[in-house]
Amino acid sequence: MSLTQPVASDHQLARLLQIGVVLEEVVEARAHQQYQLLDETAVDPEIEALLEHAAEESAEHRDRLSALVEALDAEQIPFERIEPLVAERYGNEEDTDGVLYDQLCNEETAYKFYDDLIAAIEGSEAAFGIERDRLLETLAEIRAEEADGAEEVTRLMETRT
Amino acid sequence: MVPVNTAEQYLKAIYLLQRVEDGPAATGTLAERLDVSPASANEMIGKLETRGLCEHEKYKGVTLTDEGIESARESLQTYCIIERFLFEVLDVGEFRTEARQLEGVIDETVAERLDTIIDREPQCPDCFAPEADACALLDAEGRVRTGTGGSSGAD
Repeated sequence: MSLTQPVASDHQLARLLQIGVVLEEVVEARAHQQYQLLDETAVDPEIEALLEHAAEESAEHRDRLSALVEALDAEQIPFERIEPLVAERYGNEEDTDGVLYDQLCNEETAYKFYDDLIAAIEGSEAAFGIERDRLLETLAEIRAEEADGAEEVTRLMETRT
Repeated sequence: MVPVNTAEQYLKAIYLLQRVEDGPAATGTLAERLDVSPASANEMIGKLETRGLCEHEKYKGVTLTDEGIESARESLQTYCIIERFLFEVLDVGEFRTEARQLEGVIDETVAERLDTIIDREPQCPDCFAPEADACALLDAEGRVRTGTGGSSGAD
């Protein structure tokens, strides 16, 4: 049950975009981590490709969000700040089911985040220091890619049941 | 700006007021806490009551149902995660103020993900201080009173 609150200012918008950057960095760091931990004797090319794609896509999303953060004159959140936190605090998945489930959660969480953020921007009457169309277009494109990603992971999971 | 509070924020506020008052939450106090008019508070209470999340007794106040308590605790936990995330990861000085602004946009699914990279105490959200309306383990200057997180002032 959620009634999204409108984004009220540039400051709040920048903060939300920074959170988006962190979420992407978590996905990227996580995908790298899982890729390295995959059992070499049981390499699954589809899962390998999925993790590689997840890391690349998150890096690309991060760059696009960072450009918006920069346009709002706010602080960037470097990948180097988030990667050690993921390594230190995130539990490791031991099997491919766990890896796939984790990836699905990542995609679904990101989708939900962008969906709520878009609703909060659309519901706002505030004038932002960044062109509203550019902002919404970027976020909608990223959201669509997250939806495709979730679909792809679900498809892979289904082939394994 | 006129504050717009979500249903989750109302549930959280009622839950905390019930703890402070050790009984039903007075609607006037609730309106004051959320910085809204008594009419707005009554309107939302009516909606929450319709959804079976609380019961309102005239002249006594609002009491959450079991389902309401569950939702309120989830909202409180989401708030605590946002607060700690802002403090620990983004190094935000006004983490409390900003967490209040962001809790209406970030839902529990997203908060769960942010939770994976912060240090949160296992007793959370029971350590939240209802009178102060703040995490008892994180003070306004951003110092962690106990636990394993960062220990210096943010910003």
